[in-house]
Amino acid sequence: MGGIRTAGDLVLRMQLAKSMKIEQAKQYVADCLGVTSFELNDCSVMREIRQSLDIGYPMPDPGAAKGIEAKVNIARVLGLKINAVERFKEKTGLQ
Amino acid sequence: MNKIFTRMGDGSPLWLSPDEVRFELNEGTLDAADRGKVDPLQKEELQYLYEIIALPVNAASIKRGQETVTSSDSGAFKINYQANISLDRATAIMVHEKVLAADSLDLGNIDYSYKSVKAIMHDEAKVMENVQLCAIMPVLYGAMPNLGLYTKPDGPVDNWSELLPLGKIKEARAAQEEAVELAVKDMVYIAGGMHAAGADGINFDTCGASGDADVLAALLAIREIKQKYPNLGVEMGMAGEFILGMHGKLEFNKTRIAGLYPHRQAELAASAGVNIFGPVINTNSNRSFPWNLARAVTFIKTCCETSPVPVHANVGMGVGATPMTPVPPVDAVTRAAKALIEIGKADGL
Repeated sequence: MGGIRTAGDLVLRMQLAKSMKIEQAKQYVADCLGVTSFELNDCSVMREIRQSLDIGYPMPDPGAAKGIEAKVNIARVLGLKINAVERFKEKTGLQ
Repeated sequence: MNKIFTRMGDGSPLWLSPDEVRFELNEGTLDAADRGKVDPLQKEELQYLYEIIALPVNAASIKRGQETVTSSDSGAFKINYQANISLDRATAIMVHEKVLAADSLDLGNIDYSYKSVKAIMHDEAKVMENVQLCAIMPVLYGAMPNLGLYTKPDGPVDNWSELLPLGKIKEARAAQEEAVELAVKDMVYIAGGMHAAGADGINFDTCGASGDADVLAALLAIREIKQKYPNLGVEMGMAGEFILGMHGKLEFNKTRIAGLYPHRQAELAASAGVNIFGPVINTNSNRSFPWNLARAVTFIKTCCETSPVPVHANVGMGVGATPMTPVPPVDAVTRAAKALIEIGKADGL
């Protein structure tokens, strides 16, 4: 679907965490991002959305959230507990 | 009449007339329906499959709006070990994320079996920890149950493949049951280590390679893992379309495992706690690509209708209608993906 170029990573997350079928997962992510399900695969639309939410994107600008930083934001945007984020909080005393 | 370019199941080029393509499609869906006791594809679906086969393009693409996601098996060592480019696995994952636009990837050891990883889990966990700091997409840990590794001389259990030809059925069954116990212990141990390392999920790949006991080991491990680590995602991918009864009597949740086809496998996997199920449909290299495609779509469509969890159809060399060749042709792979998603309604690949 295009991974972090679009919203493929986010849709996959919902499948893996909540066993959502593809249409349900896409609609859930679209609702969280404030776009239509159709727009999720549009790298032009999604780059701006991902920049504004700071949830990681390819060829990132200086200062953009990277790796675990982006995942902290993804967990908040999707209302999801991400294992690595929970571990990061525990290790850094942010829990 | 113009001939249509397609392929054999081994990837070699093949030209068929429109009537021949339709014949192959019909035969393929009927074969799946007969073997799996499922409905064959309908007339309109076969017509659409024909149109996909006959597309006058190299790479086919799915309709806009029907895009779906991908997961992998042994994803982190395709670039380094298999393409033979010197690159560590953590970097390979970054390349997949930032350059190849993967939706997820799995980290795995080159000896892609849980038993082999047990002794080096502490080092594998450190790689996962680093990857989780850098990756944005979900990263799973993947390996195979590979029950055969528990047999002598590599393991402690008698080899059922040697016992069975000798007629020692009881002993062969006992050996498999013993191997299941050992494998479950190993897989739960690895899952615990990867959960602690921050993994998004764990991938049980090629389940059933050693038959029904291999599948039972995976299901028992998954049930225990979901009890211990409920937020750890689990993907289960199969070895083949049909579970061989190397034991024959094993059951999970009162269902006999041997002989199950994908739609029944998916139900069983979901009952164990699997989040994503990966069915395999074998490619017959002696039959045409249209025959294999109709057959694969028939099985996958039924599997997606039945499965309570998302289905990621396996589409690689020798499975999911993809020709059995180390370098699968793009025309065949993209047509297989299009058909499995648009007609089969796969939730991912």
